[in-house]
Amino acid sequence: MSVTYLEAIREALGRALAEDPRVFIYGQDVGQFGGAFKATRNLQQQFPGRVLDAPISEDAITGLAVGAAIEGLRPVIEMQFADFSTVAINQIVNQAATLYWRTNTPCPLVVRLPCGGTSGSGPFHSQNLEAIYAHWPGLIVLTPATVEDAYSMLLEAIALDDPVIFCEHKLLYYHLKAGALPTEAMPVGKARIARAGRDMTIVAYSAMVHEALAAATELATEGWQVEVVDLRSVKPLDTDTLIASVARTGRLLCVGESWPWGGVTAEVIARVAAEGLHLLDAPPQRLNARDTPVPYHPNLWAAHRPTARAIAETARKLLNQ
Amino acid sequence: MLLSRVLEEKMASLYRGGKIHGGVFLGRGQEAFSVALGLHLRKGDVFAPNIRDMAGRLAFGEPVIDAVRTYLGSPLGPMRGRDGNVHRGRLADGLLPMISHLGAMISVVNGVLFARRLKGVTGTVGATCLGDGGTSTGAFHEALNQAAVEKLPLVLLVANNQYAYSTPNERQFACRSLADRAAGYGVAGVEIDGTHPAHCLEAVGRAVARARAGAGPQLVVANLLRLCGHGEHDDGSYMDHGLKAGPVGRDCLKVSEEWLLAEGWADAGALAGWREAAVREVETVVATVQREPAPDPFEEEWFAIATRSLADTHGEAA
Repeated sequence: MSVTYLEAIREALGRALAEDPRVFIYGQDVGQFGGAFKATRNLQQQFPGRVLDAPISEDAITGLAVGAAIEGLRPVIEMQFADFSTVAINQIVNQAATLYWRTNTPCPLVVRLPCGGTSGSGPFHSQNLEAIYAHWPGLIVLTPATVEDAYSMLLEAIALDDPVIFCEHKLLYYHLKAGALPTEAMPVGKARIARAGRDMTIVAYSAMVHEALAAATELATEGWQVEVVDLRSVKPLDTDTLIASVARTGRLLCVGESWPWGGVTAEVIARVAAEGLHLLDAPPQRLNARDTPVPYHPNLWAAHRPTARAIAETARKLLNQ
Repeated sequence: MLLSRVLEEKMASLYRGGKIHGGVFLGRGQEAFSVALGLHLRKGDVFAPNIRDMAGRLAFGEPVIDAVRTYLGSPLGPMRGRDGNVHRGRLADGLLPMISHLGAMISVVNGVLFARRLKGVTGTVGATCLGDGGTSTGAFHEALNQAAVEKLPLVLLVANNQYAYSTPNERQFACRSLADRAAGYGVAGVEIDGTHPAHCLEAVGRAVARARAGAGPQLVVANLLRLCGHGEHDDGSYMDHGLKAGPVGRDCLKVSEEWLLAEGWADAGALAGWREAAVREVETVVATVQREPAPDPFEEEWFAIATRSLADTHGEAA
């Protein structure tokens, strides 16, 4: 018996629908068809009238979710690909994200974003947009890297009283497996030490956690003990765990699959440098995707995003400084 | 209508006196159309006004003091100094505060109506207003199509006031009438003269009743003229004098007064008395609000999320 990352998401959605009558799902092809990635397979049959197909209107899908949240429901909307959420950005950042601050009325909704590159997906089906959503006040931005987190963090996202951008990595959907669904979980806002080590800290999130872990395994064969911190949540950001890790290791590399400019890796390094520059034995480093749109051909794509090999190379330079 | 006009004249006067931060946006010339909606909506309905809907707001039940407190930035107002002027509402009373992005409120009203259907609440309608310019947005298209697909009890009022800020209609749309757009969405649509209260009351009343009866979304387009600039910072000098002299340029408040006199429903003395009462009410409220404290940055909670347990790690760098 094993559960994939995608199945964990489906199980969490099913549990939320079963346990909370306020929850409904709305998005393109999520109904009878079960979603482009089958995250909502069979849910319409199990919960008639609560899993509904939407027109290709990301702006109106999100606006409808805001109105339903105002009315006391807990909408979960699916953007078919994270890339298409830019059509909805006005409703997300100006309507949903400001509602509580403006009116003192919470806006509990979850925007599920199938994120990240998969081979052959190209510039408009591969994006990672956590940094831009984290930029606007009023949103919570989650980036689960494990099956367990996909399940427990989605349930917590639905339970939270704020709009949550839930970044699911498509590359993890089918391949990442766990033995069973978790029965307990770390809360949102806490980072996790995915692998302990004393020589350097690699901070990563979403699919990059697995690339970082693979790099750490490779570096272990060379005698280096690399600590890998999984952020889990981009906003809030668990600065305390980062500082504590850097205090142990003295070296920091932060890895993100999204673009470098103004991104999560920049924020992590800024915070660690501001609070813990004295803890660092070498300048903090970061590794991101290249500063171009995401390319289509697998050869180009593999060179565009950070891989275990690229992370290990950067880590070696930092370890030898 | 009269109270709206008097209240807005006072806001304009305060603006000219430098007493208001930010802009002042008037509904002058649009009161008859706007008030018709406020009068036909009931308690329990939901209403997302646009910038020129002071009259509709007041008729729907928004207190005068909410408008004044929001314009003056009072922390005691519904927006607590965090947002101003026309960006106010009370969610508990079904009055949604607009964001500045035109067309963006339609799908939010859809969401309230959609949620009510899921909850089994029946008999209420949702209404929102736009100008001619707002119909050019993608949000308008997405949301009206969505309302039609879901057959929601939505009433959408479009005040075709001939200008979107400075842009005239011929640079805004190319269809014969904005009401013709209704057919493309599969919703009911009518076009009326927005300068006469009788037409407005009749057409808006029918639209609200149809939506309430389950006939799906209703679009009402009223032809009228913005009898002011876009905001009080704008003298509207670009506006066509021919429009002002023509039928759309009639002042609906004057038309209303003439109508009341002609029908024998009021005499000149009554009209003067109503205006005097409105002025007195507005002056009293403004005097009250001007004595209220300003927002205090040291009392302000500088975080934007509802989940208190995450506030420490959520916002600015520690």
